[in-house]
Amino acid sequence: MKPPPFEYHAPASVEEACKLLGSLEDAKILAGGQSLIPLLNFRLARPRHLVDINRVDGLDRIYERDGGVAVQALVRQAAVEDSKLVARACSLLSDAMRLVAHRVIRNRGTVCGSIAHADPASEVPAVLLALGGHVVARSTQGERTVPAEQLFGGMFETTLAPDEVVIEAWFPGIHDSFAILEESRRHGDFALAGVVRAGEKLALFGVAPTPVLADPRDPTRDLEPSGDVEATPEFRLHLVRVLTEKAFAA
Amino acid sequence: MTTRWFGAPVQRVEDDRLLRGHGRYTDDIDDGALECCFVRSPYAHARITSIDVNAARAMQGVVAVYTAADLPFGGVDLPLLIPHPNLTHGRTQRCLASDVVRYAGEAVAFVVAESRYIAEDAAELVQVEYEPLPVVITPEDAARAEHLVHDDVPGNVAAELLQEVGDVAAALAAAPHRKTLRFRYERGAANPLEARAVWARWSIAEHKLTVYDSTQSPTSIRGGLAVLFGLAESNVEVIAPDIGGGFGPKIMLFYPDEVLVPYAAMQLGRPVKWTEDRQEHFTAVNQERGQVHEVEVGFDDQGRVLALSDDFIHDGGAYTPYGIILPIITAAQVPGPYRVPNYRVRFRDVYTNAIATSPYRGAGRPHACFVMERTLDAIATQLGLDRVEVRHRNLIQRDEFPYTVGVVWQDGNTVVYDSGDYPELLDRALKRLGPRPEGDHVGRGLAIYVEGTGVGPYEGAHVQVLVSGKVIAATGIPNQGQGHATVWAQVVADELGVDVKDVEVTSGDTRRFPWGVGTFASRGAVTAGNAMYVAARMVATKAKQIAAEHLEANPDDLELVGGQVRVKGMPDRGIPLAAVAVLSNPVRYAFGGGTEAATQFAARPRPGPPLQDGEQPGLEATGYYSPPGSTWAAGCHAAYVRVDPKTFRLEILKYVVVHDCGRVINPLVLQGQIEGGVAQGIGGAFYERLAYDADGQLRNASFMEFLMPYATEIPAIEIDHIETPSPLNPLGVKGAGEAGVIPVGAVIASAIDEALGIPITEMPLSPLKLYELSRRNNPG
Amino acid sequence: MRVNGVAHPAPGDPRRLLSDHLRHDLGLTGTHVGCEHGVCGCCTVLLDGAAVRSCLMLAVQAEGHEVTTVEGLTRDGAPLHPVQQAFHECHALQCGFCTPGFVMSVLSLLAQHPDPTAQEMEEGIAGNLCRCTGYASIRRAVMRAVELSRK
Repeated sequence: MKPPPFEYHAPASVEEACKLLGSLEDAKILAGGQSLIPLLNFRLARPRHLVDINRVDGLDRIYERDGGVAVQALVRQAAVEDSKLVARACSLLSDAMRLVAHRVIRNRGTVCGSIAHADPASEVPAVLLALGGHVVARSTQGERTVPAEQLFGGMFETTLAPDEVVIEAWFPGIHDSFAILEESRRHGDFALAGVVRAGEKLALFGVAPTPVLADPRDPTRDLEPSGDVEATPEFRLHLVRVLTEKAFAA
Repeated sequence: MTTRWFGAPVQRVEDDRLLRGHGRYTDDIDDGALECCFVRSPYAHARITSIDVNAARAMQGVVAVYTAADLPFGGVDLPLLIPHPNLTHGRTQRCLASDVVRYAGEAVAFVVAESRYIAEDAAELVQVEYEPLPVVITPEDAARAEHLVHDDVPGNVAAELLQEVGDVAAALAAAPHRKTLRFRYERGAANPLEARAVWARWSIAEHKLTVYDSTQSPTSIRGGLAVLFGLAESNVEVIAPDIGGGFGPKIMLFYPDEVLVPYAAMQLGRPVKWTEDRQEHFTAVNQERGQVHEVEVGFDDQGRVLALSDDFIHDGGAYTPYGIILPIITAAQVPGPYRVPNYRVRFRDVYTNAIATSPYRGAGRPHACFVMERTLDAIATQLGLDRVEVRHRNLIQRDEFPYTVGVVWQDGNTVVYDSGDYPELLDRALKRLGPRPEGDHVGRGLAIYVEGTGVGPYEGAHVQVLVSGKVIAATGIPNQGQGHATVWAQVVADELGVDVKDVEVTSGDTRRFPWGVGTFASRGAVTAGNAMYVAARMVATKAKQIAAEHLEANPDDLELVGGQVRVKGMPDRGIPLAAVAVLSNPVRYAFGGGTEAATQFAARPRPGPPLQDGEQPGLEATGYYSPPGSTWAAGCHAAYVRVDPKTFRLEILKYVVVHDCGRVINPLVLQGQIEGGVAQGIGGAFYERLAYDADGQLRNASFMEFLMPYATEIPAIEIDHIETPSPLNPLGVKGAGEAGVIPVGAVIASAIDEALGIPITEMPLSPLKLYELSRRNNPG
Repeated sequence: MRVNGVAHPAPGDPRRLLSDHLRHDLGLTGTHVGCEHGVCGCCTVLLDGAAVRSCLMLAVQAEGHEVTTVEGLTRDGAPLHPVQQAFHECHALQCGFCTPGFVMSVLSLLAQHPDPTAQEMEEGIAGNLCRCTGYASIRRAVMRAVELSRK
């Protein structure tokens, strides 16, 4: 399957990118492309404009601030996986990276892109939620911080405006017990169900339209997962209970 | 004569160019070809009320858009490849549907454009109006026949075949014990990594059609195109270049594109190429494996099978181009390596609103093995006997060959096993498997199978020694990764006493060898391998005759060794094979390369004309091998698995294969075939599933959701083999291409059954399926 | 963009996938296409030395980068690269369609981990599908490649 036609833009700066997003109708940001390009290839996504931000300078740093780790927009997942800084300051995020697809995908995919794409079965948004992190979003109107609890609106939807770019994701450091566990069919697949433990907090992924916080003592309360080829709602609930028990057993 | 190459783990001669990226797969061929895209029905069953291609035709970059109305053969049904008297209601589709579509993915229009990108854009502009009709998806629904797939096929039954050996009714009535069982296999798909592709060019000047096709039978495609387009066969060339995996779906012949692409090339004056993408591979390429079996078995206190009745439904899909070969194979293979003195099997091949079924590696045998193995396990459980002991009591013994099973085989003959040693397979496998690992929820899986291989009608080979001393060989069948170029070279090199690297093999190219059948059903080594042997032997005989005249020796005293023809035991009295090639062609004009020796004033070894009656110039021969019947391979797989009682994840702790494919030409190639087959079997048993919904839509038509195993899902396996040579062919070989996959479902099912204590009677399985089965078994 | 050390212009059409550009515009057909959704790995090439799926990149995105395909590993007539040689010795290819993708993935693995642990080796080949070999021979080839690379 080949992508449908689109107008292609490759801004060289964040300002230019924001200006484009502010002025173009039906535009999507292309960062790592590991989620977007398959959708283009299936012709399930048909944006009129593609704003490729890979040429933007100065967005590829991992650095510490405010007791946590900031990961800028163009930082590849592989870089986070390999980062000694992240391993020291937020080891949960390092562990999570190793569960994301395969290395070859992580070589291109970005952490911020994964958050902005908001796949409900994806690990990184759930880690952000469990840790209580935030993203920094910029548009021509300026910059704002959006905490994880307010970021995910629905399946593949963030609450960000169409003209906002995620320029940075911030993950608080974790020094309590933590774990990320998932059940998937094959190594590297999307999770049928997954849990992130950050201290006494619990976030679930793969079992709701967005990652959700849950009570470790009653993780499936109010949970209504959907069913698909590999897992019925019931099986998902069962897995949530099994994984939560395992995550909090240590 | 000592054999140097036969049986040796020769590294493959074809590897170098494949590793360098110089393979030549059909999509690699451009030559300015136009590219194509199909418009396919999104409905599994619908009436077409209108097709509008005007907008598509008008798009820039689009060269042509075809519907059935545009084709001179638009009303012609594609060939029914394997007719059978019991296939009373066979149906095939047309290249492009115009009236009714019967599976989601059936082709409705064909777009040809400057690039695939543009063709896909144009395809979106084709407007087809459909009136949905009721959909029949499961074999059970098809048999219930509340709705028909074809209006003129009552009960959705394409064919019904009943066979009986002995008197099953009487034997069941008299049996001390009886049991009824039901087994269910869902559809599976082969999914070779290279999807299908066809490239064609029509040369006006030469009046010749050239087609490259990722097919398992170029000779058949050539024959069919010649007939359809009214061309002499000699004006049609079909070449199977490198093929990225076949596994069965590419032996389905005359997919619509195989006709439409050459047609477009003939019409448009430019080469045309169509390359399938993975999504359409899921809906437009044949599948297999759907069957439902109702079994009744009668047995005694010792667990010996006295009578077996199997009544099964075969999911044939929406059309029956491949006839009823698959259920015939299943019916023939249910008894397997066991004595079933009274056997009755009836099948109905039913239509469903899904793509047609045709062989996928195993081709009806996995189901047969599953039925028999699970039945024996059920017998053992009921009697409280050891399942290994029950098998031993039923196995055909080594002194019972040839053993007549009595039902019909896919070549029209009766099933007769030629040789084998089934008890040895079982004993060795269990010995290798060893003791049960510690821990809970561990189960042992076990299955023994037989496999009818090497069917005819025939294959042929041409072998020639060139004046340089190098050897070229060719056969009509193509290869899809089985290492034919190396394996045939080994056979030829042994006969001609040359190095395997000096034998260059061409396969699957009708320009080079126009006769033959195809690569399928584990027949390559048996048929083409023996044809290579026959042809090479003829060349060796001729070489000895010519050399004998020049050496003044008796041909029986000569041998071919090290590129020479020489007197046995006298390495100094010989002439190079290259020189014999020169001498085989009497010439008037020398042109170098030693040809002076063959001119009229050179020493003449015998009186009379240079070519005597019946002689031909050249050191070459064409030979054929036509098997009298199938030769029967066999094997035993055994495994330990652990199933996580909470997540129902499967862990294969150990997997052992002991197999018998007669004499082994190349153990390295064979090992690869078995390892690959087992992996495909594991995929089909626990990871892959074709999730059709009630509307006949395939919900998981992509690699993201159709889960083929990665390396992380496939354990290392141990392989051992025994050799019971085939008495039916000169090389004593049996086929091995499908061996790895056949019993895997039965092995995994029986292992999980034991690990969880839940009866498993269906395929495929998954954590979800095991969760649901365990809940059903232990509610609350 | 540079492909195997040679400069090439990017295609005019931005939607042209890198896999198609390499195969059909540059004639480098060693990189294969199996799914176009990033799962099978047949299209794997190196981008600045690290494995990527060429079916998940637009060709224009490779501008300014160094792409390495299987054809770039060794010249015509020159000996096979140690990874290629290892695959040959271990019979780690049958139809050859997934092979260039595996070779590039193994190269990427060895660039990241020149002396990989068993776990790292398994991870290194975990993202490529093979339908022919059942992976056992490929595992052997990775170990052999490590040996040959050490020499």
